[in-house]
Amino acid sequence: MPDHAAIAPAVTAPSPVPSRTPSAPAPTTAPAVNPVPRLAVERLTAWYDDTAGVRDVSLAFEANRVTALIGPSGCGKSTLLRCLNRMHELVPGTRVEGRVLLDGHDIYAPDVSPIAVRRTVGMVFQKPTPFPTMSIAENVAAGLKVGPPTSRSERDGIVERALRRAALWDEVKDRLDDSPLALSGGQQQRLCVARTIAPEPEVILLDEPTASLDPLGASRIEELVTDLKREFTVVIVTHNLQQAARVSDTTSFFYLGALIEVGPTTQVFTAPTQPQTEAYVTGRFG
Amino acid sequence: MALSPRNRKIVGAAMTGATYSAATMAIVPLVAILVMLVVRGAGSLDWNFFTRSAVPVGEAGGGFANAIVGTLLIVGVAAAIGIPIGVGAGIYLAEFGGGRVGWVVRFVADTLNGIPSILIGVFAWTLVVRPTGRFSALAGSAALACILVPIVARTTEEMVRLVPNSLREAALALGYPRWRTSLTVVARTARAGIITGCLVAISRVAGETAPLLFTALGSQYFSTNLLHPVAALPLQVYLYATGPYEEWHRQAWAGALVLILLVLLLGVLARLVTRSRHQRA
Amino acid sequence: MRAPRLSSAERWRDLRIVSRGDAVYRVALLALALVLPLLLLAIVGGLVVGAWPAIKQFQFGFLTRSVWDPVAGQFGALPLIFGTLYSSLLAMLIAVPLALGAAIFLTEFAPRWMRGPVGTLIELLAGVPSVIYGLWGLFVLIPLQRDIIWPIVKPALRWLPFFSGPFYGPSVLAGGTILAIMVLPYVAAVSREVLRAVPPAQREAALALGATRWEAVWTVILPYGRAGIFGAVVLGLGRALGETMAVTMLIGNRHEISLSLVQPGYTIAAAVANEFAEAVSSMHLSALVYCGLVLFVITVIVNAAARWLIWRVARGSAAGSAAV
Repeated sequence: MPDHAAIAPAVTAPSPVPSRTPSAPAPTTAPAVNPVPRLAVERLTAWYDDTAGVRDVSLAFEANRVTALIGPSGCGKSTLLRCLNRMHELVPGTRVEGRVLLDGHDIYAPDVSPIAVRRTVGMVFQKPTPFPTMSIAENVAAGLKVGPPTSRSERDGIVERALRRAALWDEVKDRLDDSPLALSGGQQQRLCVARTIAPEPEVILLDEPTASLDPLGASRIEELVTDLKREFTVVIVTHNLQQAARVSDTTSFFYLGALIEVGPTTQVFTAPTQPQTEAYVTGRFG
Repeated sequence: MALSPRNRKIVGAAMTGATYSAATMAIVPLVAILVMLVVRGAGSLDWNFFTRSAVPVGEAGGGFANAIVGTLLIVGVAAAIGIPIGVGAGIYLAEFGGGRVGWVVRFVADTLNGIPSILIGVFAWTLVVRPTGRFSALAGSAALACILVPIVARTTEEMVRLVPNSLREAALALGYPRWRTSLTVVARTARAGIITGCLVAISRVAGETAPLLFTALGSQYFSTNLLHPVAALPLQVYLYATGPYEEWHRQAWAGALVLILLVLLLGVLARLVTRSRHQRA
Repeated sequence: MRAPRLSSAERWRDLRIVSRGDAVYRVALLALALVLPLLLLAIVGGLVVGAWPAIKQFQFGFLTRSVWDPVAGQFGALPLIFGTLYSSLLAMLIAVPLALGAAIFLTEFAPRWMRGPVGTLIELLAGVPSVIYGLWGLFVLIPLQRDIIWPIVKPALRWLPFFSGPFYGPSVLAGGTILAIMVLPYVAAVSREVLRAVPPAQREAALALGATRWEAVWTVILPYGRAGIFGAVVLGLGRALGETMAVTMLIGNRHEISLSLVQPGYTIAAAVANEFAEAVSSMHLSALVYCGLVLFVITVIVNAAARWLIWRVARGSAAGSAAV
């Protein structure tokens, strides 16, 4: 559980983010927090042909924190997530307006390669997707193939470290050369997390990572998520409100493509300032 | 339906019986052919058959060695030419084939698959035999390669399409460029299916006779020279079966048995490749 | 251990990595894919160029004349065209009811345990090389037809124009029969796919209304799959038209038009196979290529029609086209 008492003063002491309502198109500014946000979104609009999945969103993701994106189906949270690592543009007919700043640099600048972006911003998907023709160790090391060259022993060390961080090492250390398809769903998902963190990205995005897992597997992933923020900036999209409350430091609520409210998790859940937020978190719709 | 209930039942039973007989009649020729191949051919499969080549008429002890080796040669070269092109085209169709170019290539592949193989033989004759002035194994391989490419292209495309998109996304999210995703993740996952498709295509061209009639031409001699005419198993079976000598007819049956065993073997191999992948999972 | 975390500026430079590999990959694959249209153009071009002398000389009269005299240089392909169509028609008449019956059997009436093996057996038939069919036809089917069946039915059928004349063995009947056997597995396999694609709800609705199983098939399922089955039939026709080896071994190879099934006949594919390697003159060769061009046009049109029909029903798959 994130230590809200310790974090809350640091976050709420400066003026909180002015929340937006759909009828007030005033742009928001990134919250002035310490440290400088590693990742920030500035007036982002993401199009699927003629429909905007995400409309004019500005949001900051604090470094070494977990930020949750919540909202009902179709609200744009997954679309926004995919804009953060330039996966949204892989679908034909899509385009993006606005800026996404990684350490102050716009990843959508014309001379930036989306491939390089994706090496810095990793993603774990809803369905575990181990590569079936590679062994467990090869899966974890898959991301290393496109980074700086590493020696065999370096790779083995990185694989072990990643598996430990993903809390999977003890379960697979004797069968690193086996097929990952023999693992359970929860184990496969932890394998995917290990694969994502092995090349040491700066940011980790999680798109409903526990949606296809059983409760035990899900809870282990949640432990992982709160642990990961020590080294990474984490953004998680989730349908599960309790999960968002458990694992995140900051929560942003989306509705119909717009950012409705963002703030410290405890505040968003116990004292939301917007009526839609309150309706959603109390379960009146969703 | 103005029939009485009893009559309807009778009609139903009769038609059900009719479909039973239809299915039986469909299978009877296959069984008859296989039985005849074994009965008339198995007795002639001796050591001579596999190690000696054709001998002048009237002499005993001739065999099909030159034909068997010739088939391996021609099909081998055809596969070496045709499979890389076919697999590459198939991957293109699956990965980049959504637009107009893809549509055209796909339509062309399907059209090529429907061209009678004798006409492919005519084409290979125009392309290789006429300019070089001689019949050759190479011309035969060229003809067979033309048949291989569109088959392999379409089966490869189908196999690569089967790879779930989530695997592509996972690789791309790791920062893999498209080409690395396509080769090391997508194609590698589809590998078993692609191999199966290639084996099926090879077994199909191994049995083709018509395209070889005036390209490889056939030969009584043992040869592995690509630039000379060469015997081939189906071709030799045809020549011996339509020849006037009893001895030749006997050997034709044996050659046909070897040919069908080769085709069956490749089919079994193809199934094994797919099954082993599934068992791994 | 890995290199320490990059500074902001270095990360910025990092982001500018451009992958040229993607463009190379795509171009390389495109080049391989373009081999196919090139190949088709080359084949068409080769056929037209080879046939040109004959086209110039005989023009469309080639398709309506019946003479075939290589020595005198006179060629007319009408018997070949007639024989191709006639033998294929006979083959379809025999094969389609059997194939459809087998397909219906496999999808509706067969016990579960039988469906796999019988289906596999029928698919195996499709893999038997043409020359083996010819061999079997030559030494088993023809003696069977000529020596056993014909003496029995001759008194009854001899007065029909379809059975007039002596029966030596090699004949349109023999060729058509072997074609039927060869084409049957294709029609059966594709029909089976088409019937399998009919939603089970259709059958259940018919049965719920009180139809017998056969009536459900006849009045609901078959009409539903009608287009696809028609496509399967046309697909089989496309195969029959182009079949070479078995036909040339059994049909008698005579340039003659006759309604009689027990007389020898000829098809374009068989003529090309038989006469090409020993063509008497370059005009002879050119006439043969002209025939080949005609066959090419016919089969391309027929196969395209078949694919379109099947695509409309069963989500046109590569399996269907690879089976062609």
